[in-house]
Amino acid sequence: MSQSATGVGASVRRKEDLRFITGKGQYTDDINLKDQAYAYFLRSPHAHAKIKSINTAKAAKMPGVAGIFTGQDIADSKLGGLICGWMIHSKDGSAMKAGPHPVLAQGKVRYVGDHVAVIIADTKEQAKAAAAAVQVSYEDLPHVVDASKAMKSKAQIHDVAPDNRVFNWGLGNEESTAAAFKNAAHVTTLNIVNNRLIPNAMEPRAAIGAYDSGTEGYTLYTTSQNPHVARLVISAFHGLAPEHKLRVIAPDVGGGFGSKIFIYAEEVVCVWASKHVGRPVKWTAERTESFLSDAHGRDHHTKAELAVDANGKITGLRVHTIASMGAYLSTFASCVPTYLYATLLSGQYNIPNVYAEVDAVYTNTSPVDAYRGAGRPEATYVVERLVETAARELKLDPAEFRRKNFVTQFPHQTPVIMTYDAGDYGAALDKALQINDYKNFAARKAESAKHGKLRGIGFSAYIEACGIAPSAAVGSLGAGVGLWESAEVRVNPVGSVEILTGSHSHGQGHETTFAQLVSEKLGVDINNVSIVHGDTDKVQFGMGTYGSRSGAVGMHALSKALDRVEAKAKKVAAHCMEASENDIEFKNGTFTVKGTDKKMAFGEVALQAYIAHKPGFEPGLKESAFHDPANFVFPAGVHICEVEVDPETGHTEVAAYTCVDDFGNLINPMIVEGQVQGGIAQGIGQALLEGCSYDDDSGQLLTGSYMDYAMPRARNMPAVENFKLGFTCTPCPTNPMGMKGCGEAGAIGSPPAVINAITNAIGVREIAMPATPLTVWQAMQASGAKKAAE
Amino acid sequence: MPSITIKLNGKAVSGEVEGRTLLVEFIRDHRGLTGTHVGCDTSQCGACVVHVNGKAVKSCTTLAAACDGAEVTTVEGLAKGTELHPMQAAFKEHHGLQCGFCTPGMIMAAIDIVKRNGKNVSEEVIRRELSGNICRCTGYHNIVKAVQAGAQNM
Ligand code: FES
Ligand code: FES
Repeated sequence: MSQSATGVGASVRRKEDLRFITGKGQYTDDINLKDQAYAYFLRSPHAHAKIKSINTAKAAKMPGVAGIFTGQDIADSKLGGLICGWMIHSKDGSAMKAGPHPVLAQGKVRYVGDHVAVIIADTKEQAKAAAAAVQVSYEDLPHVVDASKAMKSKAQIHDVAPDNRVFNWGLGNEESTAAAFKNAAHVTTLNIVNNRLIPNAMEPRAAIGAYDSGTEGYTLYTTSQNPHVARLVISAFHGLAPEHKLRVIAPDVGGGFGSKIFIYAEEVVCVWASKHVGRPVKWTAERTESFLSDAHGRDHHTKAELAVDANGKITGLRVHTIASMGAYLSTFASCVPTYLYATLLSGQYNIPNVYAEVDAVYTNTSPVDAYRGAGRPEATYVVERLVETAARELKLDPAEFRRKNFVTQFPHQTPVIMTYDAGDYGAALDKALQINDYKNFAARKAESAKHGKLRGIGFSAYIEACGIAPSAAVGSLGAGVGLWESAEVRVNPVGSVEILTGSHSHGQGHETTFAQLVSEKLGVDINNVSIVHGDTDKVQFGMGTYGSRSGAVGMHALSKALDRVEAKAKKVAAHCMEASENDIEFKNGTFTVKGTDKKMAFGEVALQAYIAHKPGFEPGLKESAFHDPANFVFPAGVHICEVEVDPETGHTEVAAYTCVDDFGNLINPMIVEGQVQGGIAQGIGQALLEGCSYDDDSGQLLTGSYMDYAMPRARNMPAVENFKLGFTCTPCPTNPMGMKGCGEAGAIGSPPAVINAITNAIGVREIAMPATPLTVWQAMQASGAKKAAE
Repeated sequence: MPSITIKLNGKAVSGEVEGRTLLVEFIRDHRGLTGTHVGCDTSQCGACVVHVNGKAVKSCTTLAAACDGAEVTTVEGLAKGTELHPMQAAFKEHHGLQCGFCTPGMIMAAIDIVKRNGKNVSEEVIRRELSGNICRCTGYHNIVKAVQAGAQNM
């Protein structure tokens, strides 16, 4: 680790900030193309209905209308449907039941918000006005929005899945796990709902499609976390244009959290329609549309059990989960409740027997896919609620019960695929207990009681697998793509450096952290490094940003490419200084010849590489690399939450929050802390505030705006002095930086800590998320906790 | 269509607007200043906050025609040349932004909070007064710190 002010390990202030704080960011909606028209999507008002007819005649004559298209036009032009790129096989060996997902509905609509037609006009207002004049006649069909009822519902959402079941999947050893439960001294059982969430990146999704009849090529500007994947899918599956005739640009993107990984109908339609209307076509979601049609997250309904022997050792864990997929299988939906979920059910613990069975079901709701953490928050919630509840039932200290069961030897093979490579879970627990001042909790509780508040404490010891992912591993588990990453390093003749990366930054700060690695390795000032990403015409193929992979995978590719640049530069330096290549040393940006005082700065070598007056080497200084990781990385840590509950109202405040993470080595601690704080805010949001709700009777989305869906605000977070982060470090052995991913951990670890704190505060066993004042108050009334406080 | 004149970031600009044209549409679509963002359709998120006659308003809920003759400042109008406004500098120094989408609205709201509550505005007041601004990335922790630090330098 360098001590340099801009190298690895320094909290360098972000290079990208200047444009954002001065209003010069360029988000998709900030881009306007000459002669562009505006698209408005007419959406289904019904949860499930047959489309009997669509009459666009009147709308087509409205002012400014340039084109109106329906599912029939899509079918006529043989435009392919949206795909799910991860094949899951059921326990009986059958393939998952993927129903068709046309970009505009054909024959029927399957959720409120489903795309029925697109209206394109000179202005947004004209498109919207014309949409109101499109006449659609529907015939209502039975619907189901509750995943737990889907398999028994009269509604039949896709012909291929008569019982609405997409797959029935299992992982682990069912028999040995059953035996562990039979022999257990204690069994803890919980029925857990992991509440459905709406991601709500603050920048609404947007797209501009543009066809150039001169080059016969398309350009798509879109709010994407992975523009190359979008190009691949739009080329290969929608069949719009071959990849070299389709340029996808994801400029500044205002947050993603998973929701902008996926390929959506709107962006495909904008590209396709731009050729039909002969003009660029722009669409920007209104927030209501984001609520209705962004892929949602979570929505797991689980029966979870933990087996413990007479010595307090966990011997088995078993779950049966029903996971909503929504009305269609979104791009990566199927891997979320399977390989991103059940593989983490061993938690930080040495559990010899684990078995998970998952029924994924269609419901008449927006598709469900990866949202920050994707499967791992659901797993952590199950494990950490079970462990905390078991400890309380066994009258053991929840921290010590965890410690007793921690994995302590590495590598550790779990019964559910994963091989944990490195960690020290006890160290993180110790540090968290110390920062939290656990031993004085009773005093704080007494102090809260003086103010009429019930104070509670809850733990969560999470582990997650990220740095997604080894291509061979995910390939064997059903992924349709490899999950490597690429980087290219272009050194200019003056010695400045351009990095082209397949990773995409939408808040993570890559323009700074990637530059720090360059600065560290080449000794170049970070102000002489620029990071290019998000444009398929500039950057070679890459897989994008999700699954906390940009550091562990993207920067590993960059590190490799930088090593190649160094190797090539050494050749150049050797020629210039008339020395043997083996005698060249490179340190702090200077090449020296061993045992002499000859030296050349990096910039001089770069210049010579391009001037190329000395024969003997290929001119130029530019290298690229692809990197496929050897394993996932395994961040782990401990969250401790303290809440204060008002017994009169059920209102819950997060009074103190401690989080200790082991992310291995940190590139930029300031940015890492920011990621953790943001993730915890989303976790506190899930635990206390956020809950997507569909009405059972009408199938309508009840939480379709910020008036109805409670987002975490500044005052929902703990006060600055009571929100404490810490780090431990076991370097990751599979990448040269020794780093692990940090983007999702906060959202993964926090919900169970908050809920464990509330159940502790009010003395109940279970409480549903979001634990709103009403929910907490009702739980207190039912248990008599209020009385106890008096 | 009514014609309006607004002093936008210190420069008088005129334009024809429809009665229903929102201030944010005038700023973004008519004037091409895209630093002011739109994050919602219910006046909840604050991505669109600008100053009208020195006060923070949500430009998504203000008619352009109602601002005829007013002085409007957007995030683009804060810096003096290359010298950042102290609040802008504080957001950078304290890592008060990640994706940057909420940031212009946050900065404009923060300046207004400090103007009304003074340099030593408390954390509690900042948190309460930011309830009209949503950030999905930062968890607000560093935004609060940035506002307090920016206040000291204003
Ligand atoms: S866009 Fe104005 S408050 Fe959301
Ligand atoms: S920085 Fe992304 S929403 Fe605030």
